[in-house]
Amino acid sequence: MNVPTELRAGIRDAVPLFLGIVPFAVVFGVAAVDAGLSAAQAVGLSVFVFAGASQLATLDLLARDAAIPVVVLTAVVINLRMLMYSASIAPYFRSLAGRTKAFLAYLLTDQAYALSVAHYGPLDRTEAASTSDDRHVDENNREPDVERRERNATNQTTNTLSAADRRWYYLGVAASLWAVWQVGTVAGLVVGTGVPESWGLEFTVPLVFLALLVPAMKDVPTTAAGAVGGVVAVVTAGLPLNLGLLVGATVGIVAGLVAERGRQ
Amino acid sequence: MTTTYPATTVWVVVLAIGVLTFAIRFSFIALFGVLDRRSGDDESDQAVPPRVAAALRYVPPAVLAALVFPAVVTVEPTVAETLSNERLLAGGAAAAVAWRTENVLATIAVGMAVLWTLQFLV
Repeated sequence: MNVPTELRAGIRDAVPLFLGIVPFAVVFGVAAVDAGLSAAQAVGLSVFVFAGASQLATLDLLARDAAIPVVVLTAVVINLRMLMYSASIAPYFRSLAGRTKAFLAYLLTDQAYALSVAHYGPLDRTEAASTSDDRHVDENNREPDVERRERNATNQTTNTLSAADRRWYYLGVAASLWAVWQVGTVAGLVVGTGVPESWGLEFTVPLVFLALLVPAMKDVPTTAAGAVGGVVAVVTAGLPLNLGLLVGATVGIVAGLVAERGRQ
Repeated sequence: MTTTYPATTVWVVVLAIGVLTFAIRFSFIALFGVLDRRSGDDESDQAVPPRVAAALRYVPPAVLAALVFPAVVTVEPTVAETLSNERLLAGGAAAAVAWRTENVLATIAVGMAVLWTLQFLV
């Protein structure tokens, strides 16, 4: 029975990530108190949105009484990156039932995506199109020798995962991160109400973004996108409706594309 | 700063962002099922047009920088005043830690330690 094995493997692989998720979630809880949200609203954001960076940006803009469309649009722009994850992981999930897919999609995060795709290994086209979960039973009789050798050379264990195994592994990673995120949010709400404002705990929010930003600037185009986006956001910080964030981000994305073209 | 929006408005924002974020997450996962049922062939792996994928690649650095920079940099009348701002110094130290460790907890710890040192001790 492979089901519990893969579920456990997913949870085990997610545990090291808790160290990064917990402070992030606690910071969100503290910031929610600072922004004047009720505990229910803060937990509501963590449950309904379940995407840290956009949740923090939402708090930031709500606290400054930014225009509502700007608040929503900013959060959506931040979460647009998950379009890529959705497209990239979709072939692995294609044989699952619709309701299962919807549930797994709800749990999709940067970490769940990255760990799962790494665990699954390269996509096998024959399986991607098949609708059965038990293909690995007789796969050795069906496959041409060349293809099998190729795949054995890359990664023997991960490629034998059935769609059901993949679902369990993903669930192990994604659901445990979800649970930790909710508990961390509540912990932050409790902490946040007890800390005096003079401590400046709200500064932990940009620090979390900074910790995510630095590794995201990994080559020339991404560094250009970050540097230009940041500088433009500082210059346009005085714009009405807090549009500076969207203007900075947009100009930064264009700068990244221009830098990429310049290198080719 | 605390929000002055009424609770109902905040809830509308929470639900709107929640629904739209789910739509983003489910988009291609749902689309693949629809495409399969329509055509039966599986040449749809290149679901995101290359140009869109290229632009999406720059969303994280651009958005994160647009969030970080204004929170850390305050433009003052003189260069010296701008550079000696305690948030900029704390942010600079935290950036160095983020660069070396890529660790969220260490980045927060060093950034807050520098900020508190400058605020309460210097």
